[in-house]
Amino acid sequence: MSDHEYTPKSKFGKWFNDRLPLLTLANHLTDYPTPKNLNYWWTFGGILTFCLITQIVTGLVLAMHYIAHADMAFDSVEHIMRDVNYGWLIRYIHANGASMFFLAVYIHIFRSLFYGSYKAPREIIWIIGIIIYLLMMAAAFLGYVLPWGQMSFWGATVITNLFSAIPLVGEGIVTWLWGGYSVDNPTLTRFFTLHYLIPFLILGLVVLHIWALHVPGNNNPVGIDIKKPSKDTVPFHPYIVIKDGFALLMFMIVFAFFVFYTPNILGHADNYIEANPLVTPAHIVPEWYLLPFYAILRSVPDKLLGVVAMLSAILILAALPWLDTSKIRSAVFRPLYRQFYWILVADVLILGYVGAMPAEGLYLLVARVATAYYFLHFLVILPVLGWKEKTLPIPLSITEPILGGSPNLATAKNKESLNK
Amino acid sequence: MSEKKTNRRDFLFTATYAVGAVGVGATIWPMIDQMNPDASVKALASTEVDVSAVNPGKTITVLWRGKPVFIRRRTQDEIAEARSVKLSDLKHPEKDEDRAANPEWLVMLGVCTHLGCVPLDQKGEYNGWFCPCHGSHYDISGRIRKGPAPTNMEIPKYEFVNANTIKIG
Repeated sequence: MSDHEYTPKSKFGKWFNDRLPLLTLANHLTDYPTPKNLNYWWTFGGILTFCLITQIVTGLVLAMHYIAHADMAFDSVEHIMRDVNYGWLIRYIHANGASMFFLAVYIHIFRSLFYGSYKAPREIIWIIGIIIYLLMMAAAFLGYVLPWGQMSFWGATVITNLFSAIPLVGEGIVTWLWGGYSVDNPTLTRFFTLHYLIPFLILGLVVLHIWALHVPGNNNPVGIDIKKPSKDTVPFHPYIVIKDGFALLMFMIVFAFFVFYTPNILGHADNYIEANPLVTPAHIVPEWYLLPFYAILRSVPDKLLGVVAMLSAILILAALPWLDTSKIRSAVFRPLYRQFYWILVADVLILGYVGAMPAEGLYLLVARVATAYYFLHFLVILPVLGWKEKTLPIPLSITEPILGGSPNLATAKNKESLNK
Repeated sequence: MSEKKTNRRDFLFTATYAVGAVGVGATIWPMIDQMNPDASVKALASTEVDVSAVNPGKTITVLWRGKPVFIRRRTQDEIAEARSVKLSDLKHPEKDEDRAANPEWLVMLGVCTHLGCVPLDQKGEYNGWFCPCHGSHYDISGRIRKGPAPTNMEIPKYEFVNANTIKIG
């Protein structure tokens, strides 16, 4: 990983490091050469790590008070809200934390899409990221079931029933998932177990995600390969640590706004009604972060094909490094891709909006057009663009466009010495 | 040495893999099967319902195996309507006679065959049920007429124990 050998200064440090090279790892993380032109869109990796840790810590605490039983779960959540010291705060952080986590992950994903971070040699980082995203959706869904409100119950019913679309074995799989003939206590207890497990799987994958990142190093807004370490890089500490820290602080202000001022705005009032297997709420919708996929599911008038379309919409992302045939990473140098990128952003937002609306009339029509465009973007536009698009000339280094013309080493050296 | 022959060692490898695979399978199966419905869930297989208080044109909902069962006492108009539908108009062709042996009583699982929501009574474009989740319309025989659901609502196994009591399951 690091180009240079590291030797701890102290005798004990050296003794320890020879046996377990933790200090070498710490040194690698501190000195890790980072492109010096990273903008604030690159701070979301750190923000996401914060979100994961927040969810694990608050979740651990909630699990000390929560009771995973169909007769007691709903009351135990109210007990957390009313009786447990600071229980309301911890639960609101956990519930809104899920939304903040998805907000950050969507920004993180769309940053990758804009700057082509998924392209060679970073395909494995990207695919691990997609697996993390899938696990996040699973964890969010399982967690939403635990309060055992009306939305919990019916959300669980609808999502598990997606598997019944599988020919022949579908019904058997659904019964197996439920542990009965409907969503009931056995379903709740296993969902709790899995909800507890998944964050730790995500944590493991995050380690792999960062490990895979540290092999080629960060992509950057210009999207070119850079020499590391060089004049184009700065050490991770203190430069990126400070920048990430500042961005995290800004993010926490938004987070705190939701927790303290509108803790329920992202939820559904129906989930404060205890689960009732005899009555389906008039309007069931998933949480906001799943709405685009929900819109895709509903836009297809066939049960199996609807489920297939929804899953494909997510899995198609894993194939992105091969669907995007352009060699140029950053959209900064791709005038046409840049426009299609923003159309895709709008398309996903539209899907999210119609996903929250009833599936009828104009909404259904819009959902169908937007679904078709979503697949068109990945399956047709991206492969063709790489071949047709006339890209702008890319600079030779990050420093070049700033210094103008050929890199003037004397000027660059002079600037460096001023910074010292 | 020149020709590759199956020797004693190859046989031992294959035999070891085979026994190992069986052993792994036998160990994993209980871990998978424990998630299937357990004995206590299976024990709640049947429910008896008193329907003497149900007037024509009314539906009651009872819980059977954790799922709602609709019991509707249909009016003469509704029966006539259900029986007049042409099979060619149906997405999942089933005669009303086969769904309601006693035409006055329609007993069916109140579970939308799309994704399992409970449809609403006397709603939708076909005067039967309407599922609010994803917009499936069912007729007065519980047959799917419009929307994403693939099949008609299911008819459970049931029988009239006497004139006023239905045993489901």
